[in-house]
Amino acid sequence: MTSTNGNGNGHRNGRVRGYSAWSLLRHGLSRSEWPRAWHDRELRPSYDAVIIGGGVHGLATAYYLAKNHGMTNVAVLDRSYIGGGGSGRNTSILRSNYLTPEGVRFYDRSVKLYEHLAADLNFNVMFSQRGHLTLAHNDASMRTMAWRTEVNKLQGVESEVIGPDEVKELVPYLDTSAETRYPILGALYHPPGGVVRHDAVVWGYARAADAHGVHIHQKTEVTGIDVERGRVTGVQTTRGRIATPVVLNATAGWSSLISDMAGVAMPVQTFPLQAAVTEPVRPFLDTVVVSGTLHVYVSQSDRGELVFGASVDPFASYSMRGSLEFTEGIAGHVLELMPALAKMRLLRQWAGLCDMTPDYSPIMGPTPVEGFYVDVGWGTYGFKAGPVSGEAMAACLAEEKPPEIISAFGLDRFLSGRLVGEKGAAAVGH
Amino acid sequence: MMLLPCPWCGPRNAGEFKYAGEGGARPDPATTTPEEWRRYLYFHANTRGWVTESWYHGAGCRRWLVVERHTLTHEVRGVRDAVQVAREGTR
Ligand SMILES: Cc1cc2nc3c(=O)[nH]c(=O)nc-3n(C[C@H](O)[C@H](O)[C@H](O)COP(=O)(O)OP(=O)(O)OC[C@H]3O[C@@H](n4cnc5c(N)ncnc54)[C@H](O)[C@@H]3O)c2cc1C
Ligand SMILES: [Zn+2]
Repeated sequence: MTSTNGNGNGHRNGRVRGYSAWSLLRHGLSRSEWPRAWHDRELRPSYDAVIIGGGVHGLATAYYLAKNHGMTNVAVLDRSYIGGGGSGRNTSILRSNYLTPEGVRFYDRSVKLYEHLAADLNFNVMFSQRGHLTLAHNDASMRTMAWRTEVNKLQGVESEVIGPDEVKELVPYLDTSAETRYPILGALYHPPGGVVRHDAVVWGYARAADAHGVHIHQKTEVTGIDVERGRVTGVQTTRGRIATPVVLNATAGWSSLISDMAGVAMPVQTFPLQAAVTEPVRPFLDTVVVSGTLHVYVSQSDRGELVFGASVDPFASYSMRGSLEFTEGIAGHVLELMPALAKMRLLRQWAGLCDMTPDYSPIMGPTPVEGFYVDVGWGTYGFKAGPVSGEAMAACLAEEKPPEIISAFGLDRFLSGRLVGEKGAAAVGH
Repeated sequence: MMLLPCPWCGPRNAGEFKYAGEGGARPDPATTTPEEWRRYLYFHANTRGWVTESWYHGAGCRRWLVVERHTLTHEVRGVRDAVQVAREGTR
């Protein structure tokens, strides 16, 4: 656990310095500084693989490339700072109660990886499996929930439809009376769902990848991709050219711009998604509550703040500004669900960019340009997929073939027509 | 959020309009292949910068409009009636 590393490049095997109760005590008593969790390295003129985007997807892929496939001559490039994109702006809800067998299997693998992530990364990611409730306010939603339950159960994922009384028992503050504008008819209950500390996941992957020898270059913007005779040969950046035979586009909301550089057309549109938090209050809400009909979801953070999210903004944009319409809308809808919150104050709101696809499923795997791979289309729901995508994309890059678990999510599905429709389980952003 | 200067109603909040996005040239359903049709349906330029797109003023004049908008700054530099644009062939 506490292997030290005297020389500059001795990070190959595992962690530099482990975090533990003992190290916390030692640092607390001696008041010595904690070593940096990851390092700024010299930019090499070439790498075996270059990953564009330092969000959870890019960093997880780098980590599993090193850990599972022994590929450590790898760079992760980010135009700003790691976690500055969707990975630092999301509402960190994890779940696997999707609608298609391909989707459920895929997201369930991610939940399983999250369950052991803190131990694996030696970094407390604060995964709290507090249960996840999707409310139904009409017959159509009740039917979709019954459908999701059956698909979930077939894949071994815990999921059930419950009635308003059970909903009330789980969340006493919800207005489950029949007098509301949209009475609650029932809910899809998914006990393994929950929330995680999103920054910790990003930092944990960064630290572990760095310890394996991966280079993380912040403030390094990719401005071009070199393609010769249908093959990737390198990337142009604001800090010069880097030669590489393998490039992964993991830039989510910006992914069309990167794919354009390689001449690969994408079925993606970028929409902002907003979120907000209130002032902190005592814990009273220990599940995640979602309403598709009211386009709103609520959870309470470990600090006591209520975290609110919604659906994407109504028009495509690369701007990350918040809007009054969002605040008004979310406040109204939250109060419809929990009138007792009327006196709470919002502390702040923000927005992130979401790369929406036509079927609400991601796009992972090779492209018509050899050596150029994509891990994009994460829309409003991609944080939960970080671990499984990292694992699968690492295998895809190392073995030059997408593993079975992501074979349904290839870019070619949009031309062959084999879409993986998840709108019924993913339209409210989380 | 954003004001759209409707040629019939004047400057109005974007919330009054329905966004329909960047449209491409629609292939002829009689002659196109399924693959071309899907390319038309699913793929987008997703431009960061100036775009020409369609909006519908549902809570106003109920006309289709052609809007020139910047997708990063939300500046709008032109809103024209779609029928007029089609007649003049100047989209
Ligand atoms: C408000 C909000 C709430 C959300 N809630 C949830 C949720 O509850 N659960 C969930 O699972 N998902 C949620 N999501 C979605 C989730 O945040 C994203 O799908 C996920 O974070 C995408 O991760 P990523 O690593 O692919 O991309 P990002 O984290 O967006 O990282 C992409 C990186 O690429 C970099 N980049 C861009 N262009 C370049 C360039 N030219 N050169 C170099 N680097 C570049 C950016 O700086 C950025 O850091 C939410 C999103 C938002 C905005
Ligand atoms: Zn009008």
